[in-house]
Amino acid sequence: MSKVHTVSSKEPLFHMIKRDGISAGKAWAIRLIAVVLSLIVCAVVIVAITHQNPLEVYAGIISGAVGTKRRIWVTIRETLLLLLVAIGLTPAFRMRFWNIGAEGQILLGGIASAGLMIAFGNVLPGWLLLLLILVASMIAGMIWGLIPAIFKATFNTNETLFTLMLNYVAMQLVTFCIVYWEKPAGSNTVGIINGDSKAGWFPALFGSDYGLSVILVLAVTLLVHIYMKYSKQGYEINVVGESQNTARYAGINVTAVIIRTMMISGAICGLAGAVVVSGASHTISTSTAGGRGFTAIIVAWMSKFHPGAMILVSLFLVFMQQGSIQIASQFGLNENASDIITGILLFFLIGCEFFIRYQLEFRKKKQEKEVQA
Amino acid sequence: MNILMTFIQKAIAQGVAILFGATGETLTEKSGNLNLGIPGIMYMGGIAGLMGAFFYENHTTDPIPLAGMLISLLCTLVAASIGGLIYSFLTITLRANQNVVGLALTTFGVGFGNFFGGSISKLAGGVGQISVATTAKAYRASFPVLSKIPVLGQLLFTYGFLTYLSVIIAVIVTFMLLRTRVGLNLRAVGESPATADAAGIHVSLYKYVATVCGAAIAGLGGLYYVMEYLGGTWSNNSFGDRGWLAIALVILATWNPVHAIWGSLVFGGLYILDIYIPGLSRAGKELVKMLPYVVTIIVLIITSKRSKLENQPPASLGNSYFREER
Amino acid sequence: MEMKNAIELSHVTKRFGEVVANDDVNLTVREGEILSILGENGSGKTTLMNMLSGIYFPDEGSIKVKGQEVTITSPKDAFDLGIGMIHQHFKLIDVMTAAENIILGLEGKQILNMDKVKKQVQELTATYGFDLNPDQKIYDMSVSQKQTVEIIKVLYRGADILILDEPTAVLTPQEIDKLFAVLRNMRSAGKSIIIITHKLNEVMELSDRVAVLRKGKYIGTVETRTATIESLTEMMVGEKVSLDIDRSEPHDRHKRIEMRGITVRNAEGTKVIKEASFTSYSGEILGVAGISGNGQKELLEAIAGLQFIESGEILYYSPEGEVKKISDMKADEIRKLKISFSFVPEDRLGMGLVGDMDLTGNMMIRSYRNGHGFFADRKKPRKLAEKIVDQLEVSTPSVETAVRRLSGGNVQKVLVGREIASQPTVLMVAYPVRGLDINSSYTIYNLLNEQKEKGVSVICVGEDLDVLLDLCDRILVLSGGEVAGIVDARTTTKQELGLLMTGHKKSGKEKEVLS
Repeated sequence: MSKVHTVSSKEPLFHMIKRDGISAGKAWAIRLIAVVLSLIVCAVVIVAITHQNPLEVYAGIISGAVGTKRRIWVTIRETLLLLLVAIGLTPAFRMRFWNIGAEGQILLGGIASAGLMIAFGNVLPGWLLLLLILVASMIAGMIWGLIPAIFKATFNTNETLFTLMLNYVAMQLVTFCIVYWEKPAGSNTVGIINGDSKAGWFPALFGSDYGLSVILVLAVTLLVHIYMKYSKQGYEINVVGESQNTARYAGINVTAVIIRTMMISGAICGLAGAVVVSGASHTISTSTAGGRGFTAIIVAWMSKFHPGAMILVSLFLVFMQQGSIQIASQFGLNENASDIITGILLFFLIGCEFFIRYQLEFRKKKQEKEVQA
Repeated sequence: MNILMTFIQKAIAQGVAILFGATGETLTEKSGNLNLGIPGIMYMGGIAGLMGAFFYENHTTDPIPLAGMLISLLCTLVAASIGGLIYSFLTITLRANQNVVGLALTTFGVGFGNFFGGSISKLAGGVGQISVATTAKAYRASFPVLSKIPVLGQLLFTYGFLTYLSVIIAVIVTFMLLRTRVGLNLRAVGESPATADAAGIHVSLYKYVATVCGAAIAGLGGLYYVMEYLGGTWSNNSFGDRGWLAIALVILATWNPVHAIWGSLVFGGLYILDIYIPGLSRAGKELVKMLPYVVTIIVLIITSKRSKLENQPPASLGNSYFREER
Repeated sequence: MEMKNAIELSHVTKRFGEVVANDDVNLTVREGEILSILGENGSGKTTLMNMLSGIYFPDEGSIKVKGQEVTITSPKDAFDLGIGMIHQHFKLIDVMTAAENIILGLEGKQILNMDKVKKQVQELTATYGFDLNPDQKIYDMSVSQKQTVEIIKVLYRGADILILDEPTAVLTPQEIDKLFAVLRNMRSAGKSIIIITHKLNEVMELSDRVAVLRKGKYIGTVETRTATIESLTEMMVGEKVSLDIDRSEPHDRHKRIEMRGITVRNAEGTKVIKEASFTSYSGEILGVAGISGNGQKELLEAIAGLQFIESGEILYYSPEGEVKKISDMKADEIRKLKISFSFVPEDRLGMGLVGDMDLTGNMMIRSYRNGHGFFADRKKPRKLAEKIVDQLEVSTPSVETAVRRLSGGNVQKVLVGREIASQPTVLMVAYPVRGLDINSSYTIYNLLNEQKEKGVSVICVGEDLDVLLDLCDRILVLSGGEVAGIVDARTTTKQELGLLMTGHKKSGKEKEVLS
C-alpha cells in the first residue's frame, strides 16, 4: 500500500444522501429560507418591471393584502376558498388519485347554486333555498368526481387527463347555461343574481358577509381532518394510496374505496362552488373557479396534507397574490402579475423540499481527512 | 366543396399549435418526464416571440420582415427553453413531484403570457394595441405559385412555414426516436432509468436535453398561434386549452409524433366544428364545443383497455431517478 | 505460475447513512479465475460489487484494475475498464428487443444498423453456445433467456471481468449446468469471473477461490479445494452454528384446506395453476417447493382469496367441524366468515405491509375493522406492536417508525408477528427467510414450529431445499403450475425433489447441482 490517494478530479464535487429523518425545526428553517429567497426574487422581478424602491413595493403588497378592512376580508375569503379546495382534494390525493379536476367540480357546484338561485329566488324561503344550494352543489361536484373515479376503478383509466378534460367540459356547460341565464340579454354574462332580494346569498354573520363562509370552511376542514386521521374509511384511503396490493391483501374493496373517496372529494369541491357563487361573487362565469383547483393541488401537496400547514400556505399565497394585484393596478399593469408571483413562490417552496429529504455531502471535507490519514 | 376546403384549412390552422405541443411533450415523456407545464411553456413561447418582434419593430423605422422573424423565433426558443429548464431543474436535480411542478409552471407561464401580453404596451410607454404586422406577414407568407393551384395547392400550400415545420419536426423526432442511437438511449431512459444508467447512459443529461428540447418545440406552438393564427397580436387567455389538448394528443398518438400529425387534424377539426355545422343554435354550438374534450376522454378510456405493451406510456413516466436510492 | 491480479480492492468502505455496508474491505481477483464472493444476506456482497460496476461510489479506499489505480464513477467507466456486471434483478428494457438491449448506451454511428448488430450477436452466441434470437422482445422471454441477454450484453462490450450477482437463483438445474459450462469456457478464454452467492454447493462446484464477507467486513479468501462446506459456513457466520431444526411429529391431524382441481389464470391469460389438488392438515407443516415462478405465489393467493379462480374448488374445514367452500370468495368475504387465515406474502413491503406507515398502522391492516363505530381503534394495535417488538426482539426506534426504515429481518418479524397474533387456523408463508441472516432465519423457523405444535396448519413456500427437508412434514412440488407430487419430507431426497421440480416424474438422470 504505497499511496492512499483515491480522490481524483473525476469524482463528483458533491453527492447526495437521503436523510434518515430531519427535525421539525430544521425542516421549517429550510422552508423559511426558501420563503425569504422567493420574496427576494419576487422583489427583484417587481422592481425590474416597475423601477420602484423594493421596500415601497413590499409596503404596497402589504397594503394591497391587508391595507383596508375590505382588503383584509378579501384576503381572508380567498384564503378560505383555496383552503376549502385543498381540503377537498386531500382525500383523493392521499389515495394517490391525481384529481386535477377540481376546477370542473367547483364549476359544477357553481352551476347548481346559480341555477337554484335563479329558479327559486322568489319562490322558496331563504333558509330553505340556502340549504338546497349547499346540498345541490355538493351533489353536482360529487357527480363530476364520480365519473372519472368509476373509470379509474374499473378500467384503470388515467385520471389526471380525464379530470383535466372534465374541467373544459364543465366550462362549456357554464357557457351553455349562460345562453339561457344571460342578463341583460346580449351581454354574454349572468350578472349579479338576485341583487335586490339577495335570495340564496350567504347571510351576513358576525357582522361580515363572509362569516358563514368562515364557519363552513373551518368546519369542513376539521371534519376532513378527523375523517382522514381517525376513521376506518380514512385508514382504508391511506392503505389504498400506499399500495393497492396491500389493500387487496387486507380485504379492502379497492374499487369501492376509490369511488367513495372521489365522491367525497368532488362534493367538497362542489361546495366550494357554492361558497364562491352564493357566498361571494353572486354570479357565474367560466372563470368562477379561477385556477384555484390547480393552485390547491400544490397547496395540499406541499403541506403534506396537514390542515395547519395548508392554512399557512394558502394564506401566504393569497397574501402575495392580493398584494401583487394591488401593485399591478397601481402601475396600470394587469393583474396576471399575481400568477407570476405565485409561480415563483411555488418554485421555491417545491424546490426546498429536496433539501429536507436529502443532504449534500461535499468532496472537500473528505479530501482533507484523507490527506491527514 | 368550398366550405369543406375552408374547414380543412382552418382545421389545419387549429391543429398546428397542438401538433407542436404534442411533439414536444412526446419527446419529454420519452425521457420519463410528464411535463404538465407544457401549456404554460406554450404561453411563454408565444409572448416571448411577440415581444421580441414588437421591440424590434418599435425600435427600427423600417423593420425587415426576415429579421423580425429570426428575432421572434430566437426569443420563443429561449423563453420556452427556460421554462423547460425550470421544470428540469426542479424535477430532475431536485426530484420534486413532476405533476406539482408542471402545474406550477403552467400557472406561472400562463400568468407570464397574460401579464406581458396585457402590459407590454404600457411598459413600452403606452403605444396602444400591440401589433407586429411586418413580422407576422413574414410568418404568414405562403408558397407564391403553388398556393394558386386549385384544390391541391389551396389545400397544401397556403400556409406559413411554421405549419410545414411542425410536420417536419414531428417526422424528425419520430425518426430520431425509432432509428437512431440517441433515440434508443432516450427510450431506455424513459422505460427504466436504472437500466439505462447501468448501460452507461447519462440519465440526467438525457432527461435535461429531452425536456428542454421538448419545451422549445412546444414553444413554437405558441409562436405559431401568435404570429400566423392571430397575425401578430395578443389576446389574453385566447390560446386557451390548446396546451392541454396537446398533452392529450400524446396519448391518442401512442407516443408517436407522426400519428400526432393526423391527430392534430382531428382535434383542430373538432375545435371549430361548431362553426361549420349548419343550423346550430347558440346553445347547440356550446355543446358541440365540448367535443374535443369528450373525444379525448373516450380515447383515454379506450386506450386504458388496450393491452399492447408498445402502446403504453414509458414505464418510468412520472418518477424521478436517484441512483443510490435503496 | 504467473498469476496477475485483475482487480485489487483495498480498504474500501461504503456507508448508507448510519449503516456501514462495507467496512475496510480488501479483495483481489486474479486473471483467468472464478472467484466466489460468499456471504449471508446483508453482508455487503452486492454493494461491494456495485462499486466495481460504477453504481455506487466508495466513501473510502482504492481500486486497482490490471495494476492501475482507477476511479469508477459511473457504469460507463466500468465498461471502459472491461468490467461488466450481471445484476440479480436484470437491467433490461422489456419493450425492446434483445439486440436493442445489447447495444444500449454504446457509442457508434447515430443511424442504427440493426442487421450488423444482429450478426455480431449471432457470432457471440455461436462462440459460447448460447441460444438467442436477437429480434425477440424481452417481455416474451423466460428468465434464463433474459440472463443470456445480460451476459451477451456484457461480452458485446468486450468485458474481461464479469460479475454475476446470484445468477442461479432463478434457474432450473439444467440451466445452471449450462451456465456453469459457459462460465468455465470463459475462464479458459482468460476472463475473470466473480460470482456472488450464498449457496455453498455452487461455491464448491464452480469456483477456484472463495472470498468471504460477514456483516460488511472482509473475512478472508481461501482456495476452494482446501475448504469444506463446514469451514466456509463458519467463516460466513462467524461461529459454529448448528443447522438443525427441531422437528416434532405431527399430532392431532385434521383436514383444514382441501383444494380440488384448481385452475388459475393470470392477467395476461396464461394458466399459472393447472388442476391443482392437495389437502393440508392441522398440526403439520406442508412445504411447497418448485423453481421460482411455477405457481407458488398464485397457489397461496388462491387460498387467501386474492386470485380469480377459473375452475375447481377450495374447501375449508373449521376446527368446529364445519365445511365451507371458499374458492368463490374474495379476501374480504372470507374474513367475514370469521375464518382465520394468516398469510405472509413474498412481497413484504408491497403486499403484506405498508412501507410508509408506522408499526401501529401496519398492525391495523388486520384489525382496523374491529368494533362497530365509525372510528378505528388505534390503542390495541399499538399494544400489539409493542408486544411484537418486545417478544420478537425487533430492533426499531419506536412503534411510530415507518416499517420501510427497518432492516429486512425486522420487517419480516413485524409481518410474521402480526400474522401469528391473529391466532390463525391456517398459516401461509412464502419465502419466509429470504433476505434474512441466519439468526433471524432460525427465529422464523422456530415460530413456524411453535404454530405447528399449537395445531395450526402451516403451508410454507420455500426455495432452499435443505431447509424444506429439515422443517416440513410433507412437501408439495409444483412444476409449471401443476402439482408434480407430494412427498414425505422425512424419507425423500433432494434428488427426488429436483426431478419433480423439473417435471420429470421418473427420469434416471441425476441432477448434479442438487447433490
